[in-house]
Amino acid sequence: MAAAGAGSGRVRRPGWMVVASKELAETLTSVRFAILVLLLVFAAAVPVYAASGAIRDAAEAASGEAALFLALFTIGADPVPSFVGLVAFIAPLLGIAFGFDAINGERAQGTLARLLSHPIYRDDLVNGKFVAGLAAIGIAVVGVMMIVAGVGIVRLGIIPSPGEVGRLVAWMALTILYIGVWLGVAMLASVLVARAATSALVAIGLWLALSLFGVLLAQIVAGVLDPGFNPADPEAALGHAQLEQFLSAVNPGSVYQQATLALLNPGVTAVVVPGFAQALQLSQQIPTELSLQQSLLIIWPHIVGLLLVMVACFVASYVVFLRQEVRA
Amino acid sequence: MPSENAGRVEPLVETIDLTKAYGSITAVDALTLRVLPGEIYGLLGPNGAGKTTTILMLLGLTTPTSGTARVLGLDPAHRALDVKRRVGYLPDAVGFYGRLTGRENLRYTADLNGLPRDEAEAVIDDLLARVGLAGAADRPTSGYSRGMLQRLGIADALVKDPAVLILDEPTTSIDPAGVVELLALIRRLVAERGVGVLLSSHLLGQVERLCDRVGIFWRGRLLAEGTVADLATQAGDPSLDLEAAYGRLVAAATEGRRDVAA
Repeated sequence: MAAAGAGSGRVRRPGWMVVASKELAETLTSVRFAILVLLLVFAAAVPVYAASGAIRDAAEAASGEAALFLALFTIGADPVPSFVGLVAFIAPLLGIAFGFDAINGERAQGTLARLLSHPIYRDDLVNGKFVAGLAAIGIAVVGVMMIVAGVGIVRLGIIPSPGEVGRLVAWMALTILYIGVWLGVAMLASVLVARAATSALVAIGLWLALSLFGVLLAQIVAGVLDPGFNPADPEAALGHAQLEQFLSAVNPGSVYQQATLALLNPGVTAVVVPGFAQALQLSQQIPTELSLQQSLLIIWPHIVGLLLVMVACFVASYVVFLRQEVRA
Repeated sequence: MPSENAGRVEPLVETIDLTKAYGSITAVDALTLRVLPGEIYGLLGPNGAGKTTTILMLLGLTTPTSGTARVLGLDPAHRALDVKRRVGYLPDAVGFYGRLTGRENLRYTADLNGLPRDEAEAVIDDLLARVGLAGAADRPTSGYSRGMLQRLGIADALVKDPAVLILDEPTTSIDPAGVVELLALIRRLVAERGVGVLLSSHLLGQVERLCDRVGIFWRGRLLAEGTVADLATQAGDPSLDLEAAYGRLVAAATEGRRDVAA
């Protein structure tokens, strides 16, 4: 497999793989993982139960609708939000839960110096923990989705079409990526902040700030950057709206939600807030359905954006970690 | 390596003018020392003297500001992985993963060192018995006492069958009976395996009993080095014990420093 150890003829697994398999084994048997899976199951079961009832009630009206199976995940039945909406809300929490004590936890336990005295590189530790976290998240998300889809098939009595399955798989990959962004944020916090409780708070604070005040923040920043525009002037108003949109695009949460919308609704043909001319065009457009490929094309920038944020956090955490002293 | 080294025993650990500065604070100041095979070398000094910093430089876990370090002839700053394959390290206040058992913790270490599974199991069984943890091997380490963790730490350092063992304050926070046991264990290991040991401590009595040679380390500088008898001679009275010699050498250094400052 990998290079043999110096002169000893030992077959070595790369360091990150050793770290990842230990971390994954420890994670999967942890109370933390059990709680998060329960949370996810709850987030899945309630909306799907409510949605499937609503869909059956409206079965007559809905019978002609395309992508009926996907509606199971995307519609809510008041006051229960949709499955997708709930996942969007708790996804960051999952990422944070698996990463907030990655490095400072090792420090606090007194295992960091011992671990690094064995023949692995420091980035093996970061890489291994990241891979293990992402794998644990993947297992949880895919597992819960399978259960939900199974229950949906039984309750609705509809078999999803291959196109719908494709969309769901793509949405799962997108969700894992989005959770990965928060895993990256949390790991960066665990490198930057000495105490695990503090780094958890930092990451959760960032999550709340972005998810509760994200839109507000974008409006405020846009107001600062472009003060005193005249709302009566269409040009200026459009410019301002576009600035706001650009600013909210920095927020991974809104990027994820837009991409989710496009993936799970074949009828969505654009994910930007339209300008006046585009709005006119859209209102005159004959409703069409996009293929999965076309939907993916629309959200490609979103995917790349999320990937960039994740990689940036990840790279930042190991650049900082590499320069840190082993002793706190 | 200079040619004048030819014909003498190759040291396991060697530092020449090794220096580490954090900003304006010099943690280790031009340290020059050697540890030979089969020898227990004690780095004796108060907390904050720079002992741990020195050890981290020897393992390539922090880079020296100037000077050189050689461990098994390798520069740890550039060949850290090769050094870490052959050097066992017991850190100050060593920790383990509390949810894993002692055996599982050592298995992880064996994996990190690339030991094949079957070989690892044999090595782990042997080491657990040797450090007296065979009975507790399958209990989570969260239930271990400080002394048990320390002994597991020694087993952990030995998994890779090292040529050099570096022990940072190995007896801190262990009860007296545990200390006696641990020191006997270290002696036995040196006798059986011929490893060289570099040990740091601030406990005079233990260093005196255990170490072949002692270096007195104070505020980042090595004040004196040698057997306890050598140190006593350097302190001006060959009949002194280590404690008295240490006191005199440190006092002399303090005065020296005052003279320089004046």
